[in-house]
Amino acid sequence: MSVTGRDCSVKTYAEINRKIESGKAVVLTADEIMDYVDRKGLASAAREVDVVTTATFGPMCSSGCVLNFGHSTPKIRMSEAWIEDVLVYTGLAAVDVYLGATQLRHADSANMYYPGEFRYGGGHVIEDLVAGKRLQLFALSYGTDEYPRRELRTYFTIHDLNQAVMVNPRNCYQNYNVAVNETERRIYTYMGCLEPNCGNANYCSAGQLSPLLNDPLYETIGVGTRVWLAGARGHVYAEGTQHAADCARTQAGVPMEGAGTLALTADMKAMRPEFVRGVSLQGYGVSLGLGVGIPIPILNEQVLKRTCVRDRDIFAPVVDYGKDYPNKTGRVILSVSYEQLRRGEIEIGGRKVPVGSLSSYRKALEVANLLADEIRRGDFLVAEPLARLPSKGAMKSLEIRPERK
Amino acid sequence: MSETITKKMMLFFPTCECEKPIIYHLVKDYNLIVNVFRAKVTPAEEGYLVLDVTGKPEDIENAMAFVKTFNVTINETGKGLTWDRERCTHCGHCLTHCPTGALYIADERTREVAFDEEKCIECMACIPVCPYGACASAF
Repeated sequence: MSVTGRDCSVKTYAEINRKIESGKAVVLTADEIMDYVDRKGLASAAREVDVVTTATFGPMCSSGCVLNFGHSTPKIRMSEAWIEDVLVYTGLAAVDVYLGATQLRHADSANMYYPGEFRYGGGHVIEDLVAGKRLQLFALSYGTDEYPRRELRTYFTIHDLNQAVMVNPRNCYQNYNVAVNETERRIYTYMGCLEPNCGNANYCSAGQLSPLLNDPLYETIGVGTRVWLAGARGHVYAEGTQHAADCARTQAGVPMEGAGTLALTADMKAMRPEFVRGVSLQGYGVSLGLGVGIPIPILNEQVLKRTCVRDRDIFAPVVDYGKDYPNKTGRVILSVSYEQLRRGEIEIGGRKVPVGSLSSYRKALEVANLLADEIRRGDFLVAEPLARLPSKGAMKSLEIRPERK
Repeated sequence: MSETITKKMMLFFPTCECEKPIIYHLVKDYNLIVNVFRAKVTPAEEGYLVLDVTGKPEDIENAMAFVKTFNVTINETGKGLTWDRERCTHCGHCLTHCPTGALYIADERTREVAFDEEKCIECMACIPVCPYGACASAF
């Protein structure tokens, strides 16, 4: 399939931005656009509509943030540090740290008393930071001539920091597995609690509202695209980790499995706490629930047509997380559409299986509408990508080699 | 003759009331049908009891007046299992774990999750499965 759209250019990024700045941009959400296009026709809608907003809200484990504390007197070069007893990475400059969403709190018993509860960890620290709470920093050092302090304990809020920048290597998975459990015991996974013998199924995608399902071939979303990250203005800084465009796709180019991902960044001081939420997954660990909105500039009919994707046109692979997923067999039990999933029941081997979700459509809708309002008010411009996301490439596996040679 | 109604409530027994067979009297003296969902006596000898009572409205009223003579707090709104609307993100992970449909999709279009207290049997399955800590127990 060709990744370049047909040459039917209607608008440029600059023209769309001029309309946004004049407060006259026509903006619809990816939840509304299909009916609008059905009513108006593709050609006329492509001329009228300037931007379609997409969004998602769900656990995004590959999230975290870079914090700079500024210097104490005397100074310290932190070699180990904890915020609210959650370890942060200090292998950076003196008072720079990286806090990861899945880091457990010190002395968390994890899965020692299976299944662990994982009440508090990196994702919760990030939630508390954005909520403006006062948090404890404890840091150790070996001491150097210019950084003589060897220990400190203090309390701070996000406002005391020089920088608090979210840097997420992987967000917005284009599509995702539907998890079931074919074994005979209950299992606890990052896809939630899965009952034995396919007793339930969990999915995790905003489907027809999800950013990369509305731009399946990465025609407008690329490196440099402006995004709405939990209320802050941010951007795509790279392809996300595990971005792998090669996969089974529908005729319209919509991936039928994971495929693309985005690496996102934004100023955490500008974020809204209701879209940055710590996640506790029983028996698995902690994560961060994040709301992301991405505007799709309607450059031409082709771009518009792709945003008209509906849940019934998007398929996700149902995968057994009991044996197949951990053992990487690659087996897909069947493919189901998001329309089926949203009905709350799918059929596996002739049996009806109730469906739950880890992704919030309600919150994603809220994000898509907030972003649409900001664009209508002229507060949020679209950015032309600096570079395209890779349109080819498969995911590599980790080979276990017994020897170095 | 008035029709029977069912009311769900949580009773809180302060210290020392735990040894009195109050529920026995609800059945024997007030003709109520009692369905206990959950009960607990704390180490401080306080008692919590979540139950349904079915009977004539006037019998229920008289029974409650009787219960109150024991310094028991009757809570007809906040039950033993609470769902925090603010903490809920409407992800829907709880839906397949709630056996009675007390947690349900209130709006098919937005996939908004809601909680019907009347349907909740206090099995507490939702508490450990909620990733955002929206469900909690009062005791």
